[in-house]
Amino acid sequence: MSDDVKTRIAARAALELQPGEVVNLGIGIPNLIPSFLGPETGVVLHTENGLLGVGPRPNGDELDPDLIDAAKQPITALPGAAYFDSAASFAMIRGGHVDVAVLGALEVSGDGDIANWAVPGKDVLGVGGAMDLVVGARRVIVTMTATSSRGEPKVVAACTYPLTASGAVDVIVTELSVFRRVDGELRLTELLDGATVDDVAAVTTAPFVVALEESHVH
Amino acid sequence: MRASKLITAEDAVARVKTGDTVMVGGFGLVGAPLDLIDALVDHSDATDLTVVSNNIGEPGRGLGRLLRQGRIRRGISSYFTSNPEAVAAVNAGEIEATLVPQGTFAEAIRAGGAGIGGFFTAVGAGTLLAEGKEERMIDGVRHVLEEPIRADVSLVYAARADMLGNLWYRRTARNFNPLMATAATVTIAEAGEVVTVGTLEPESVVTPHLYVDHLVAST
Repeated sequence: MSDDVKTRIAARAALELQPGEVVNLGIGIPNLIPSFLGPETGVVLHTENGLLGVGPRPNGDELDPDLIDAAKQPITALPGAAYFDSAASFAMIRGGHVDVAVLGALEVSGDGDIANWAVPGKDVLGVGGAMDLVVGARRVIVTMTATSSRGEPKVVAACTYPLTASGAVDVIVTELSVFRRVDGELRLTELLDGATVDDVAAVTTAPFVVALEESHVH
Repeated sequence: MRASKLITAEDAVARVKTGDTVMVGGFGLVGAPLDLIDALVDHSDATDLTVVSNNIGEPGRGLGRLLRQGRIRRGISSYFTSNPEAVAAVNAGEIEATLVPQGTFAEAIRAGGAGIGGFFTAVGAGTLLAEGKEERMIDGVRHVLEEPIRADVSLVYAARADMLGNLWYRRTARNFNPLMATAATVTIAEAGEVVTVGTLEPESVVTPHLYVDHLVAST
């Protein structure tokens, strides 16, 4: 997956975030979203290791070894930020106080099931906060490429990888399209970068309804 | 007034016995009590340990050193993957791994320290990590029962402590430390700076001193 593809997915996902929302960003593509969020958006970033009000990456002289995000990368804190312990942080998440979680996935099903933490027989030893976030956040946005590195569809009829949670995903943004789950059905609501419905259908095994809305990308 | 809680790291880790469950604070190495861990590695023979920590250190650093000595029997963690040597040890059957969602991990420790016998959460329901756990439908949502986590000894890190053991944490180095300080029979706090009683603003104390049994100054 090229950096350009990742960046385009992040740019489109950023448009899903509303002014004033509290948002938790996962590792990978979601971490590219802040460069598309100007201060005027008023989006507040939460990191589960204990900070509300995450700022930009530090310059050299701002680097603080006690200040990292959940990907263990250095960050800064904005004026008005607050620190808290891990139990309080996850109480915010499970308690529905975090508006949006944006995260990557290996597979998402048409029913909103998500698999994003384990590959059977390979990596089942790290879950971090993934399960807490997809269950607790009020809205879950998945950013991922439409297919795996082996070309297999990732928006699927049923997940084959171990589940992170059932029925948790609200929006899927890939390089080809935006899907939304509304009233229990998966709707294709937007085509991106010249993709056609047939292009999307060719790499999607989940049943979906075509319900195109006006494009958000101009 | 009781004797000072301030002791050496070497004396502190003598409280850890073979077969103990030991909680260790930190998110990765940030907020980890590295001097206490090094003392446990270099000045203790306690082995067959169950380690409760979000990660098992990094290769050759923090708890990664204890892992290399083969003294960890079991790990309870949300993310073993940050230390490839821990993953290899689990896959080789050298240590037993209990993987817990990070928020459940934090809340179970909080419950352990607060005298709570367990809690129901929707997190993990229907996944591999909830297999065998008691379930209940609450408000139409599937929940699983999670039991509290406690330890024999907790090793925590605070940027500042007073001589009584009141603790103040700095930025994201707080993470699991205040929770773990409450959930062990013996809590040992390593402090970056030890100040006289009365220096910390009472409102800024995050861990009140009654939780802290021993205090060690970072070198």
